[in-house]
Formats: sequence, structure tokens, C-alpha cells
Amino acid sequence: MRDIAVVGFAQTPCVRETDGTTNGVEMLVPIFHEVLGGLGLTKSDIGFWCSGSSDYLAGRAFSFVSAVDAIGAFPPIMESHVEMDAAWALYEAWVKLLCGEVDTALVYGFGKSSAGQLRRVMAMQLDPYVVTPLWPDSLGLAGIQARMGIEAGLWDERQMASVAARSRAAAVSNPLAQLSGSVEVSDLLATPYVVDPLRRHDCAPITDGAATIVLAAGDRARELCERPAWITGFEHRVDSPSFGARDLLGCASAVAAGKAAGAGGVEVAELHAPFTHQEIMLRQALGLGDDVVVNPSGGVLAGNPMFAAGLARIGEAARRVHDGSASKVLGHATSGPLLQQNLVCVMEGRE
Amino acid sequence: MGFDYTRSLGPTLGRFLTDLRRRKVTGIRGSDGRVHVPPLEYDPVTAERLSEFVDVASTGVVRGWSWIPEPLEAQPLDRPFAWALIQLDGADTSLLHAVDAGSPDRMSTGARVRVRWRAERVGAITDIECFELSDEPSADPVEADEVTMVTTPVHLHYTHSASPTEDPFLRGLMEGRLIAQRCPECSKVYFPPRPACPTDGVPTTDRIELSDRGTVTTFCVVNVPFLGQRIPPPYVSAYVLLDGADIPFLHLLLGVAPEDVRMGMRVEAVWKPREEWGPTMQNIDHFKPSGEPDAPFDSYSQHL
Repeated sequence: MRDIAVVGFAQTPCVRETDGTTNGVEMLVPIFHEVLGGLGLTKSDIGFWCSGSSDYLAGRAFSFVSAVDAIGAFPPIMESHVEMDAAWALYEAWVKLLCGEVDTALVYGFGKSSAGQLRRVMAMQLDPYVVTPLWPDSLGLAGIQARMGIEAGLWDERQMASVAARSRAAAVSNPLAQLSGSVEVSDLLATPYVVDPLRRHDCAPITDGAATIVLAAGDRARELCERPAWITGFEHRVDSPSFGARDLLGCASAVAAGKAAGAGGVEVAELHAPFTHQEIMLRQALGLGDDVVVNPSGGVLAGNPMFAAGLARIGEAARRVHDGSASKVLGHATSGPLLQQNLVCVMEGRE
Repeated sequence: MGFDYTRSLGPTLGRFLTDLRRRKVTGIRGSDGRVHVPPLEYDPVTAERLSEFVDVASTGVVRGWSWIPEPLEAQPLDRPFAWALIQLDGADTSLLHAVDAGSPDRMSTGARVRVRWRAERVGAITDIECFELSDEPSADPVEADEVTMVTTPVHLHYTHSASPTEDPFLRGLMEGRLIAQRCPECSKVYFPPRPACPTDGVPTTDRIELSDRGTVTTFCVVNVPFLGQRIPPPYVSAYVLLDGADIPFLHLLLGVAPEDVRMGMRVEAVWKPREEWGPTMQNIDHFKPSGEPDAPFDSYSQHL
């Protein structure tokens, strides 16, 4: 198999609302410029482009086609799209590189959640016959999972608040974060429930943003990057969409993806956990001990650009390899309700 | 934005929703013997096709819940309620629905609940209005016709902001001016403007004002009636390339018989009365022939 590495990463600031269109172009143009410029590349050096986004979030048809304007797609480019977080677009690009068709790929995700009502838009990913017609909102569903864990003794509201406090403290060093700062757990616990048992700090904020990653194979990666983040394991798994039939606290798909990708021995993990209790679940599912630095960027509790946030976790983890501060890292992404689908990308630096 | 999705149900979901219409709840037995409610078409572990329907009770127990103090549009109840995973008696998996408990203090995991049936049932999950806290059986089943289709309306609301490139375009329209934008790299002129030049991927920052005359690059004669049609067919929809622009846009062409329309025809905008103007392309009611000689093919051949 060819060696493939993450060689570049850029993301927009995470903000509550942008003034651009919902097709992402205004957010994507600057980060394409940043990531390509940083590598000394132009668009003609990229062999394959792949994106993740959602028309339901954008409120317009074929928003991902409009987004291609940000690339400047003439002469024609080779391009693809997934209606999922762009971490899955990264997987598609990785397979394309593995096949040897191209040596470089640029992957991007974007989401302007502020245009709609995110809690309702998220109902569109549920079973359209017997679940979506009830319009379950994303916070309502997560609240059920959180309470089941509390009552099973797996975590409590204080531990959930501690995850939020640690996330915001870590985000102080992340200039692109939406929420950061020093907060006391006791102050967080004094706030009212949004959806009992969830308080506002338990839920990732509503964010507009975009992220992009450049992949390269073999010698091309070594040319472009002093210390490439070589992908040594890349796996995704899916649990049943019938969430009343699966173990909502066991997260079997995350366990399986982590095991297959070789999550053992990572020093840093960026986890895509939109709710505080889900970070606790994922640490357990991926077997991350107390010595693993989790979400040094603040994670998605500090900024959650839909369809880009999972890709950004992989980018944030890769950055720790690029800057030499870690030698084995993990980026995780989730999709679907209640951690239904999980993707794990393990990366390593080589001396 | 709304759309009524109409879906065929197939034998498994058709049976489930038909039975709901009859005030009955039906599950299906999985490969491992578990009874799934709602019924699954294929086993989640073995992927075997499932076919053994099992009657379950309309009473059950809460396995997990959250409390919604401010219900959102189209949710089952318009007053505070609980979302709950409910394991019906006789089932091994849980169904998601709302519980009309009144207060979170009255909700608990393990609470006994029963179905509250809707009076007018159509064969949909919403035939269960909600669940209520009670251990008494629900109303008895009744006869009802089989359902094979379900309509699930989706209504979502969006606020589209005027982006930095759309803003001068829309403001211009309010004054009866047509503001395009030019790519700083390839000099192509876009009307309406785009956030970035699709050839070069750079923001189209240079503004340029265009006249309201142009050339028909191509057209079609609309003969088919459709929902929301403004004028009776036949009529002509034409791509108009404004003088100085590089990309044509679609608009209505009136004042000429459909059989007389041709590529290269010169046209001009017919504006609505000024008092009806807003930030919209509809300020131009339609285009009409300007009476100028046709434009030569070479003048628009690169803009088709």
C-alpha cells in the first residue's frame, strides 16, 4: 500500500453567524488560499477534490455544486462530494490516493448552521417513516442518552460540566474557537437545563465555518511537508439506525473503528463529541487513558461547524505531528444521531 | 421551505402503520428472537429479511427520557413534554415518542405509559398522538383500511443573508440599475454576481454597471402547465446576455410570437412601475424585442 499523509490543514474562525451565502464560497476561498499557499501549491497541482456538506443545512439545492466556484474549476477538475461530514470525504480521497490514480487531494467541508434552525434540520437524518415525522430535535435525543448514562452510573452532571470547562480552557490557546475561557464547574452547574438533563454548556454551540485538508502520497508528501502526518489507520463503522434497538451507551461502532484503526498508544486525540457526555463515551470506546491529551483545540464544544467539524478534528490532530509536539495522534469524526457512525484516523510522524 | 414527501411503505412498514390506524401496535421478530418495535425490514445484526409479525401491547415502560420545556414546530405536543424511549410490553426494543407528563417531576425511567390514540388516524407514526402516564390499557382496536403510502410533510425555515457580492447587486436593482461584477484575473463579467469567479476561484470584487439591453443566446417555448405558473402557455423563456456581460441569465421574453423568437435576437428590459421595485430581479417584468438587427453569432458564440 502507498503511504499517504495529511500535509496541510486550514480552517475558518468558528463564529455564530457569517454574512456569506450558504454555499460556503466566501468561507472556502480564504482557506483554500491559506492551505495551498502554505504548501506552495496552486489548484492545478491538486489531483482530486472532495467535499462534505448538506443541502438541508444550506436550505438550497445542489449547494455543493455552487461551492465548487471557490475552487475555480476550469480547466475541469476531478471532484466528488459526500452528504456527510467531510471526514468521510477525506476517507474517499484517501482511497483514491491508495488506488494510485492521483498523488494529491484537497478535501473540504463547510456549513452555515445559522441560516436555519439546527435542532430541527438534524431531524432530517432520522428514519423518514417512523421517526422524522415526530420532529425529534438533536438536543432532545442527546438528553435521553445522557440520562441513560447518568442512571447507569457511567457519568454524572458534574463530570459532564468538567468536560465543558476543560474544553473551554483548552480553547484559550485556539484563536479560531467560538467559546473559550476559564469557567468554574460549580457555576456551570448553577445554570438551568436547556433540555433536562442537558445544560447549555453540555451542547456544542451553533457555528458557521469551514475546514480543509490536503493529502499527499509518498515522496510528494515528503516534498511538501517537513513532518507529514502519515495515516497508519483509517476506519469507519456504522451502528443500526434503529436507535431504540442498539446499546446507546456502548457505542459499538466507535469501539470497532478504534480497534481496526489501531488507536492504542496515541498521545493526542481530537474527538468529535457534540455533547459533553459523548466525549466521556468516546474516551471509553477508543480506550484512551488519562495520559492521552484529549481535544487540545477545545474540540467541537468550543466551535462546531457542521460537516467540517469532523474533518477539523483530523486536521487539528495532524497539526500536532506537523509541529513535532506528538508522534502518534488520532482524529475522530461522527455522523448520524447519537454517535451512530464513527470514523477514526490514526496518524504518525516519522523521524 | 416545504415539501410533502410521499413514500411507498412495503410489507413491513405498511403492516405497522396500517395497524396503528387500527389502534394496534405490531412488532417483528429478529434473528435473535428479539421483538423489534418499530418493526425492522432486515435484522440489524444478521441482515436477514424479517417476516414474523408479533402483536405487542399499547402499554409499556420508559427506558430513557429527556424534557423539552419549549417544544419546537411540528413536535407531537405544543406544551412541555418528555421525549422517551418506550419499551412496549411484549417488545424487546424501544420506540421513540413523546410523553405528555405535564412536568419533569412526574417523569422517571421505569414509569408505566400507554398510547394515546389520535381520533383521526391515517396510517402514520403520528396516529399515536403521544404517550400518557398510565398502566391501564388503551382503547380497543377498530377496523380500518390498509395503508400502502405515507405522506410526511417537511417544513424548514431559512434566513438567507445578502452576501458581500449580492449586496451591491440587490441595492442596484432597487434603483433600477444592473450591477455586475468582474473577475480581477480573467476579466469575465458576472451578472448576477457570484461569490467567486468559477474559473479562477477568486472573489469578483470589481463592480461594473450594465445596460438593460442584450442578446438572446438560446431559448425554449414553454408548453407545459405547472404549479405556480405566472402566465398561460405557450410562452418563451430565454437566456439573455446583457451587453458587456459574459454569462447569460434566464428571463421571460414577451411581445413576440414564440415562432418568431431566434438566437441572436436583440432584446430590452421592460421594468415594472417604479413603485413596485424591491431588491429583486422581478423588477424587470420581462424582456421584449428591441427592434435592433440580430446580433451576429460570433458575438455570443462563446457565451452559450
